[in-house]
Amino acid sequence: MAALTREETEALIQEVLEVYPEKAKKDRAKHLMINDKELESSKKCITSNRKSLPGVMTMRGCAYAGSKGVVWGPIKDVISISHGPIGCGQYSRAGRRNYYVGTTGIDSFCEMNFTSDFQEKDIVFGGDKKLAKLINEIEGLFPLNKGISIQSECPVGLIGDDIEAVAKKAAKELNKPVVPVRCEGFRGVSQSLGHHIANDSVRDWIISNRDGQAFEKTPYDVAILGDYNVGGDAWASRVLLEEMGLRVVAQWSGDGTLAEMENTPFVKLNLLHCYRSMNYISRHMEEKYGIPWLEYNFFGPTKIKESLRKIASYFDDSIKEGAERVIAKYTPMMEAVIAKYKPRLQGKKVMLYVGGLRPRHVVGAYEDLGMEVVGAGYEFAHNDDYDRTIKEMGDATLIYDDVTGYEFEEFVKAMKPDLIGSGIKEKYVFHKMGVPFRQLHSWDYSGPYHGCDGFAVFAKDMDLTLNNPCWNMMQPPWQEKPAKSLLKDPLLKAA
Amino acid sequence: MAKLRQAAIYGKGGIGKSTTTQNLVAALAESGKKVMIVGCDPKADSTRLILHAKAQNSVMELAAEAGSVEDLELEDVLSVGYGGIKCVESGGPEPGVGCAGRGVITAINFLEEEGAYTDDLDFVFYDVLGDVVCGGFAMPIRENKAQEIYIVCSGEMMAMYAANNIGKGIVKYANSGGVRLAGLICNSRNTDREDELIMELARRMGTTMIHFIPRDNVVQHAEIRRMTVIEYDPTAKQADEYRALANKIVNNKNFVIPTPVTMDELEELLMAFGIMEAEDTSIIGKTAAELAAEAAAA
Repeated sequence: MAALTREETEALIQEVLEVYPEKAKKDRAKHLMINDKELESSKKCITSNRKSLPGVMTMRGCAYAGSKGVVWGPIKDVISISHGPIGCGQYSRAGRRNYYVGTTGIDSFCEMNFTSDFQEKDIVFGGDKKLAKLINEIEGLFPLNKGISIQSECPVGLIGDDIEAVAKKAAKELNKPVVPVRCEGFRGVSQSLGHHIANDSVRDWIISNRDGQAFEKTPYDVAILGDYNVGGDAWASRVLLEEMGLRVVAQWSGDGTLAEMENTPFVKLNLLHCYRSMNYISRHMEEKYGIPWLEYNFFGPTKIKESLRKIASYFDDSIKEGAERVIAKYTPMMEAVIAKYKPRLQGKKVMLYVGGLRPRHVVGAYEDLGMEVVGAGYEFAHNDDYDRTIKEMGDATLIYDDVTGYEFEEFVKAMKPDLIGSGIKEKYVFHKMGVPFRQLHSWDYSGPYHGCDGFAVFAKDMDLTLNNPCWNMMQPPWQEKPAKSLLKDPLLKAA
Repeated sequence: MAKLRQAAIYGKGGIGKSTTTQNLVAALAESGKKVMIVGCDPKADSTRLILHAKAQNSVMELAAEAGSVEDLELEDVLSVGYGGIKCVESGGPEPGVGCAGRGVITAINFLEEEGAYTDDLDFVFYDVLGDVVCGGFAMPIRENKAQEIYIVCSGEMMAMYAANNIGKGIVKYANSGGVRLAGLICNSRNTDREDELIMELARRMGTTMIHFIPRDNVVQHAEIRRMTVIEYDPTAKQADEYRALANKIVNNKNFVIPTPVTMDELEELLMAFGIMEAEDTSIIGKTAAELAAEAAAA
């Protein structure tokens, strides 16, 4: 049961669009659709990956965010330099909760901010000399780094710093990869292009580093791609794969290392969690090394079971049995979680607005808890993401692309979800409207949410949020209808 | 005391902006005016004839040495040369790196903050890099800076294209900041009917040719001595030309929002003066072999 009927949803979209000027209305109409599970392709129904309109509030980030923040940042033994003025590096430092094992500042560097801290003179005279110096200092101070990436901020693209030349020279001198990444924030319409640029730089500077070298393979080698280990997600996923008999050679890129990435071309199968941010490198490895890749979903027991069996189908019977063994082992635990939380969450409606993957990936987990996702949308998805979303969402549910602050608020007012899952920028708006809210980028400082361990945390967090007594106390005492006895109070009367 | 007048000199690269500006400024100084030159070109050659120097230490160069522009004092960057002319070079990177435009912005901001624009000045001249390739090189004509623009040009086609294009840039800032075109200075290249042509171009752009500077080797003689003609040979006929230009600028009241011409109009003008030949549209996109075949057939 969707929150609204198809007709009501259609009317809601029209009503919300009404406030826009003609041109904006026409544009935004293309980014909103009502789901129809029968559709084969989203192409005729929704437009995505287009420039946001000036004047609206969009939640999107930039190419630098996509490259440094998402793809490169979590590689723990690679130092990513934010090349440009201080802000980009400092305000993206350690914000994404990509957990890792290691000693920060010794052999792991994710939580640190390395930047060339551009001053006026670096803009005028170019920052390449400073960059070269910075790389040398890094090598002296942090000799256990395994490689360096140079993440370009906007001014680097404007003044045309030749970071490739600096990188090549430094790589030769240090005898380790130094990767120039042209992820200037003004490129593209969202962080999505940054993912692509980052994937391409991995392709050009990392992936073939060990071609032709010896590697002790097993028939069960896999790599986890597109898991950034937010709150430990990749660990909760890896354990399931290992228990079914697979050998996880690499984690991309949460708690991952450069060596793991370089070894990935030796695996049998690439397992792709975040399609949006790592489909590019998966396709490349398929073309170049003939490694098949498989999208999987480790949110909630239904999808986990489905995914484990799908993964096992690529391997021999021992792995297929392993998958069943893992499913059998965790099913009672999952059932206990469901038995505990489903009665408290049953029938609750959820609206989602996240990046490029989760709005479709978490639908199954909510359904396992008896909840329904009645609206979903992405900041920076492309149409191949919406193709996949159509299948996961119920009929007549609302789908919104690059939703504006205004639209999201209006949709929530009309659809009255019991829970919203989105990001920090949305959180307090909806809190003030009295709607329970969970951050689905950072897991609201909780997690993991992937895998069986993650599902237990997920269910508990949703219950804690949704059934928190605070939502019944939204009205401050002075706005409550005064009790009769109080009305007789002479002081109040005077007021 | 008269109000400070700020003027910017633009024009195609190599047309003689810096030479003209320095000779003009020297003539103004000779007549008792207090003048400052601000060179807005990373080459930093806008003050050498006044200072007898190869290249003055520029604001950006010194800022890079000191750490940042905030570490500089005005006297570090300001030199005084012939006739008490104050000289500043914005400076900038060598070709191919960094952002020269940002250098101009930084340097001019520094001069303003440090109070380089003193009350005793009659004129400030900005000598700007040939092409207004980005916002930085338009800095001197933004609000509260140069109010009058002189474009140095000659009767050559590309110089006139450039002059017209600069006119377009002025229109943009004229509407937002109040800058005006004050005239074209023709720095002669001895092309045919050059004066008439530039007068006609000026008329169409809504302005005048404020002065026609004939070509004279004494300018080069002075230059190799890193001097202006005014200083090197005050009796030279050419010195009088610069004095005449200076005098016209002092008395200039003709400040306009330019009316740049269209490409077609400009080409038509050039054709009328025989600078450009009428375009033969029948040969466009044809290879040598095709043309040879056509000629054989005819």
